[in-house]
Amino acid sequence: MQKAYNSKYLEYVSKISPKTNEKRSLLRAFFVGGTICLIGQFIRFFLEFTFGLYGDVLSGTTSVILIFIGSLLTGLGVYDRIGKFAGGGSIVPITGFANSVVSPAMEFKTEGFIYGLAAKMFVIAGPILVFGILGSVSVGIIYYIVGLF
Amino acid sequence: MKSTVFFKNMPAIIATSTICGPKEGQGNLGEYIETRLQDDTFGEKTYEKAERKMLSHVINKSVQNANLRLCDVDCLISGDLLNQIISSSFSAREFDIPYLGVYNACSTMSEALAISAVLVDGGYMSTTVSATGSHFSTAERQYRYPLELGSVRPPQAQWTVTGAGSAVISSKSGFYPRITSATIGKVTDFGVTDVNNMGAAMAPAAFRSIYNHLKDTNRKPSYYDLILTGDLGALGSRLLKHLAKEKGVDIDNNHVDCGEMIYNIDEEEYQGGSGAGCSAVVFNSYIYTKMRQKKFNKVLFVATGALLSTVSSQQGETIPAIAHAISIENGVV
Repeated sequence: MQKAYNSKYLEYVSKISPKTNEKRSLLRAFFVGGTICLIGQFIRFFLEFTFGLYGDVLSGTTSVILIFIGSLLTGLGVYDRIGKFAGGGSIVPITGFANSVVSPAMEFKTEGFIYGLAAKMFVIAGPILVFGILGSVSVGIIYYIVGLF
Repeated sequence: MKSTVFFKNMPAIIATSTICGPKEGQGNLGEYIETRLQDDTFGEKTYEKAERKMLSHVINKSVQNANLRLCDVDCLISGDLLNQIISSSFSAREFDIPYLGVYNACSTMSEALAISAVLVDGGYMSTTVSATGSHFSTAERQYRYPLELGSVRPPQAQWTVTGAGSAVISSKSGFYPRITSATIGKVTDFGVTDVNNMGAAMAPAAFRSIYNHLKDTNRKPSYYDLILTGDLGALGSRLLKHLAKEKGVDIDNNHVDCGEMIYNIDEEEYQGGSGAGCSAVVFNSYIYTKMRQKKFNKVLFVATGALLSTVSSQQGETIPAIAHAISIENGVV
């Protein structure tokens, strides 16, 4: 009886709860995420044509510069504002990864450098690392096995 | 089974004090709040210290406003949202006053008032202080994400109030708003799991306490000038009215919610304010002032609390909630 009543209540709750505006969220994410990637591409062209970098060194240096920019903007208190507007658009690119590492490091600095900053640095990025590494290793093994035949 | 305590001697709320952060100061009720901070760190190094300092500040101020000295206070009853209620205990460390730490999440203010009223009404103590507070930045880090993380708040979310409120309860005679009865809430859980939708989790608890209170006291909702819930927010208030209508109780005319009142909702507060400081600030500032001016004479103060922790919600538990209803009236003695 109580259960049926509860599910009726929950139904009503989800009926009147405001919904996220999906169209707006998607558009914002597309444009901000796209802009970040565009900036990355310009950095890449710049490094390629000015310094003559190529291959892994080129993509590595581009990523490092983007990570630096993401971290700096987090430290300056700008990235969370971009994030509030862009949603997934600023989370998915590598700058978002930098933000997810730097923001808890800043937040938990008050608990000291070891148990605060260092230990809490990966509370948000940790799962991304775990599954990212796990995924890439699995793909590598499959690739290797497929290559045997 | 009755859940209401009736007070024979009707303890008086003789003075209050409130403090708030910059955002709350610019809100609808800003002018009624005694101390409005420009800087939400309150000159401290951490937000936890700032929350503690706000709580100490209002406790001190409320005792001063009552023209008493700290040594006249027989007991301090306070609570807050942080783990192990450190803000309350650490602020009590500064005072030479017996201390009771209480926790009922955001309904702590009404719980503290109820305990104070029982102690004073029974004649065990003559003056007690009930206080509570919260801080947006300490709550965010404990319950949600780091401040600088670029995340989006969902539209059903609320904003934790940076602020604290304190009330002095006394057996003194004279014209004061007096606590006439208190309905102790029951823990209520309708199965809401969305931690961003506290209003939906707490509305059933609020209604249950209001319903029990009206039944025990044999009153109609129209008896009260105001039925003031704690921090249901706009969505939770709609749900409360829906539940009330289902049971044939009409609170449409006199129900207001502290969370809905405190902010000019223009940025990301969405459904309004929340947190232990929300009802503490609104009740002890605006509502108390208006009661002293006899603009409101009968108020049912129903602060609401969601009794979850980050562990319980990560383990998939639903959100239990509670609300205590305190009846505060003018001119009863």
